[in-house]
Amino acid sequence: MSDKVIPIRPEPTGAFEYISTKKDELIGWARKFSLFPYPFVTACCAMEFMAVSSTPYDTDRFGAALPRFSPRQSDLLMVVGTINHKQAPILLKVYEQMCEPKWVMAFGACATSGGFYQNYATLLGVDRIVPVDVYIPGCPPRPEMVIDGIMKLQDKIAHERHPILTQRF
Amino acid sequence: MGAPVFDRVKSDLGALAEDSAVSHGVLVIGVAPDGVLPLVRALKNRGFDMFLDVTAVDWLGQAARFEVVWHFYSTTDKVRVRVKTRVREEQPEVDSLLSLYGSAAFMERECHEMYGIRFRGNDDLRPLLLYEGFVGHPLRKDYAKEQEQPLVPYREGFQ
Repeated sequence: MSDKVIPIRPEPTGAFEYISTKKDELIGWARKFSLFPYPFVTACCAMEFMAVSSTPYDTDRFGAALPRFSPRQSDLLMVVGTINHKQAPILLKVYEQMCEPKWVMAFGACATSGGFYQNYATLLGVDRIVPVDVYIPGCPPRPEMVIDGIMKLQDKIAHERHPILTQRF
Repeated sequence: MGAPVFDRVKSDLGALAEDSAVSHGVLVIGVAPDGVLPLVRALKNRGFDMFLDVTAVDWLGQAARFEVVWHFYSTTDKVRVRVKTRVREEQPEVDSLLSLYGSAAFMERECHEMYGIRFRGNDDLRPLLLYEGFVGHPLRKDYAKEQEQPLVPYREGFQ
């Protein structure tokens, strides 16, 4: 037993030592499986959000399970529910606190378009104040639709440009 | 339903409950704006110890445009009373019930911001559910449903 030496750096075997890829593809692949959502939950869609993030549907399969309750640690803003004009400054502040890269999901009819509301109080779609990447219809959406939305967002991230240095950097 | 109780209430109130009727199990008392405070004081002394709500109805186009509606509940008799009065658009003003019921403060604030009813004696009529700077009274019938007052400027293409 004592003569068995475990090498710190094993000899190269020759198999899968190097890969060649494109920077955007590699970073896109890494980013699309590590979405940290910030749930901005205001209304009844929250019930469906709980359903989709819990065991039977399990968004952890897509790497999007761990909600961060600080916008500074998250990169997917999930707007779940009706946003009214009084809340709009809060939503904008949360969005502005998130670090690049960041994406926004409009979860449900109200976040997408105001839903069936049209009155003095309701913001008719969060895309009026923040840019939205994926819209999920439904009142509330089925968990399958949310998962479909996450997969569509993953597709988008995978095929996006991922500049390492941006002008704002 | 509850008719014997209401008969007793009406006889206790006497002339104050002149214009009254039972509707859907609630005693409805109509009163002139000046008569609200004496009537409510008498109701409170009669056992209506719980103030439920104050709201308004906008009868757009009628001379006395706003109907202010109060609801009270008696925890001893387990019955409700509704008090109604009509005020004109030029002077939508009634007496505050703050001296009788502390809970009137917030409900009068809400009624004031939604319908523009002024409550004499309630000095704190700041917006409660609406935000500072909101112009108009959104539950009035002449407030257009498309009229928005956003706090955040819209992005390009949405103006």
